[in-house]
Amino acid sequence: MKTKHCQVLIIGAGPGGYVCGIRAGQLGLNTIVVEESKPGGTCLNVGCIPSKALIHAADEFHKLTTPNDIGITTGPAAIDFGRTQDWKNGIVARLNSGVAGLLKKAKTTLINGRAQIEDGKTVVVETAEGPLRITCDNLVLATGSRPMDLPHLPFGDTVISSTEALSLTEVPKRMAVVGGGYIGLEIGTAMAKLGAQVSIVEMADRVLPQYDTALSKPIEDRLAQLGVNLFLGARASTVSQDGVLSIETPKGAAQITADKTLVAIGRAPNVTDFGLESLGLTMDGPFVQIDERCATSMRGVYAIGDITGDPMLAHRAMAQGVVVAEHLAGLPTVWDKRAMPAVCFTDPEVVTVGEMPSDTSATAIFPFAANGRAMTMERSDGFVRVVYEKTSEVVLGIQAVGAGVSEMAGEFALAIEMCATLRDLGDTVHAHPTLGEAVQETAHLALGHALHI
Amino acid sequence: MNTLPIKLPDVGEGVTEAELVEWHVEVGDLVREDDVIAAVMTDKATVEIPSLYDGKIIARTGEVGSVLAIGSDLVLIETDADGPAAAPPDPVEEVTPDPVVVAPAPPKAPAPVAHGTARPPRPENAPVLASPAIRARSRQAGLDLRQVTGTGPAGRITPADLDAVFERGPAPVATKPAKRVGSEQIKVVGMRRKIAERMALANARIPHITVVEEVDVTALEDLRGQLNKTRGDQPKLTLLPILAAALCKAVVDHPEMNAHFDDDAGFITRHAPVHIGIATMTDAGLTVPVLKHAEALGLFQSATEIARLAEAARTSKATRDEMSGSTITITSLGPLGAIATTPIINHPEVAILGVNKMAIRPHWDGQQFVPRKMMNLSASFDHRVIDGWDAAVFVQKLKTLLETPALIFVEA
Repeated sequence: MKTKHCQVLIIGAGPGGYVCGIRAGQLGLNTIVVEESKPGGTCLNVGCIPSKALIHAADEFHKLTTPNDIGITTGPAAIDFGRTQDWKNGIVARLNSGVAGLLKKAKTTLINGRAQIEDGKTVVVETAEGPLRITCDNLVLATGSRPMDLPHLPFGDTVISSTEALSLTEVPKRMAVVGGGYIGLEIGTAMAKLGAQVSIVEMADRVLPQYDTALSKPIEDRLAQLGVNLFLGARASTVSQDGVLSIETPKGAAQITADKTLVAIGRAPNVTDFGLESLGLTMDGPFVQIDERCATSMRGVYAIGDITGDPMLAHRAMAQGVVVAEHLAGLPTVWDKRAMPAVCFTDPEVVTVGEMPSDTSATAIFPFAANGRAMTMERSDGFVRVVYEKTSEVVLGIQAVGAGVSEMAGEFALAIEMCATLRDLGDTVHAHPTLGEAVQETAHLALGHALHI
Repeated sequence: MNTLPIKLPDVGEGVTEAELVEWHVEVGDLVREDDVIAAVMTDKATVEIPSLYDGKIIARTGEVGSVLAIGSDLVLIETDADGPAAAPPDPVEEVTPDPVVVAPAPPKAPAPVAHGTARPPRPENAPVLASPAIRARSRQAGLDLRQVTGTGPAGRITPADLDAVFERGPAPVATKPAKRVGSEQIKVVGMRRKIAERMALANARIPHITVVEEVDVTALEDLRGQLNKTRGDQPKLTLLPILAAALCKAVVDHPEMNAHFDDDAGFITRHAPVHIGIATMTDAGLTVPVLKHAEALGLFQSATEIARLAEAARTSKATRDEMSGSTITITSLGPLGAIATTPIINHPEVAILGVNKMAIRPHWDGQQFVPRKMMNLSASFDHRVIDGWDAAVFVQKLKTLLETPALIFVEA
């Protein structure tokens, strides 16, 4: 068997693994990244990027098929969904080679093949050219997560996961979505805009149940406007051969006829089938337990990304990858982030950063109905909400609901990471006319001198 | 528009001068009538001086620490008001609102390194307020940011705060002892200056003789315990009221101890009343409020009065009268009282009684060691007018009274 040695061996080239690989290479560490599929992981191949491409396509199509007040009329609009998929796959392919190029530029080796852990310093990779044993000084586990299924609704036939949902070659006429979290809502909304009759089944009494009703209500309103059937407090049981999904709602049993049933109830960490169990790492539930340097309970073994638990977000994995690489290079880096932004690309979009409202903090809300830019984009639904400490006026959290608010996530995170006060937000000039003015106005409102409301 | 002086008003009976301890205005400031313009300190009290007119301050006289005579100009003010010429003959008496007695001015905080807003301190365990760059820099230096005071908005740690920490010297985690550099000059003003002057006077003029004696206070402590058990609503008895009572009893036979020695005039004045100065530590320094006519007070009356005076002294609410007129002084540091001390006499008195720490010590009763509550007295005397013999006899008298406390309260 061929053998190789390196200082840092990373299993998985998703956002966590490849960023760790780039940074470690930049810092002069001899680094290898092992990936069984294409570089970029779930995010780039079957997650963030393809779903955003699909959402964009759906939004563009929806605009053409919806009457508007602006005065634009078109002939009957049509979509060649096969070409849509080609376009999406083109983006993914470009980014795949982009990641590979970045690793190469950082002098980090990318090896294609499935890794099997032998011990904390040895991994065997099944490559196209045969098995390769790699020994390393440090091992970084970045194996990510996969869609979770329901025992009574296993993936197969008409029951699909988000991965398949993003690769459909035609828009299903009727689609059922089990799970009203962000993945189900993002894909369900896109399919509805593309012309599918969509039904969403959610166990909780609202969509996005991890958020408060103020954040989820505008989305429910929009779903209703788009003609999506929402079954709240409902459980999906089984799907029949001909694609009829049986559900139990608070009002009794019901049936949803669907060509495709998307099960999007969450994601499970990839912690089995590659020898991780043999390391006997301390676990935190289903996840690998890590410390503030992403170190596991075994010396020289690190873990980053979705296998380390919630929130399962690409940018969290990337930031963890940087921490590990810098730590291994001897830099005094620790995980001390104050802000972890989370974005739902629903319609309207939802951004949450930092603390949610609580009894110990104060809250100010500014609606986009009072924002000029929102009106010019025909979308004045939603708001910006600032959660702050009453006495010190330090900003603890910022949330927003609205079309296009995802681009404000950076400002929100920066404010919290820099420990901004209301005064800092309010005294920062925000360009007019932009949605961002709502942030400044929210701070003014909290300080008792709102100008535009 | 007139230019008028605001004079230092008469701030207390018999006071002829006062020390300027704080300016509340700068030249050029606009003030309103009754705005405080300065604080001055007399013997033991700080007094705020209000403005008599609306107007603009155009000059200040004297700096903090300078001593001004009553009636001298404090500031010049440009005002539309009419001056003293149009006012009654004695404008100061007539126009001045009552001087306000306030707590001694707090020591000025060192100038902050960056602008800050006064806000309540951050709750404990709250995350440190610092940007990622600041956090990275502190990690690099091995500095625990929780130890750094933030002067930015809401207590945020600014780059300047870190600079200041690094300038101060090695990071707290450094294990190697480092040389300490720099020195700090503190201007001696106000109360501290008064204390310094009085201590220097007493020590320069008075040749002290200090007698240290051991006293068995077991019986006294038993008595105090009994009295406290049955005290009801009355204040808890400390040793002080009992010491005061013993002192009152002892000076009956030793009138030379309850006296003032006017060394300039060459007179000794023996006093019939026993006004006991009680040395009291306050935030601003040592003060000596006076327990008047201690000889006429019962133990609990005495305890009440001592507690009241101490509180008044600590909050700077004591009047001039309550802070003067003592004929003999007691000084006690309580549990910090050491084995022996060398008290400095409160000039022009001739004796001071220092009380040391009480402790259980083994005592040989002739057959065996028994545990006894023991306490030392360290008493100083003016050796010019008190001979060593008399000093020793007086201390023995006190010892006898305290060891057999019934003697304090019975008339022989």
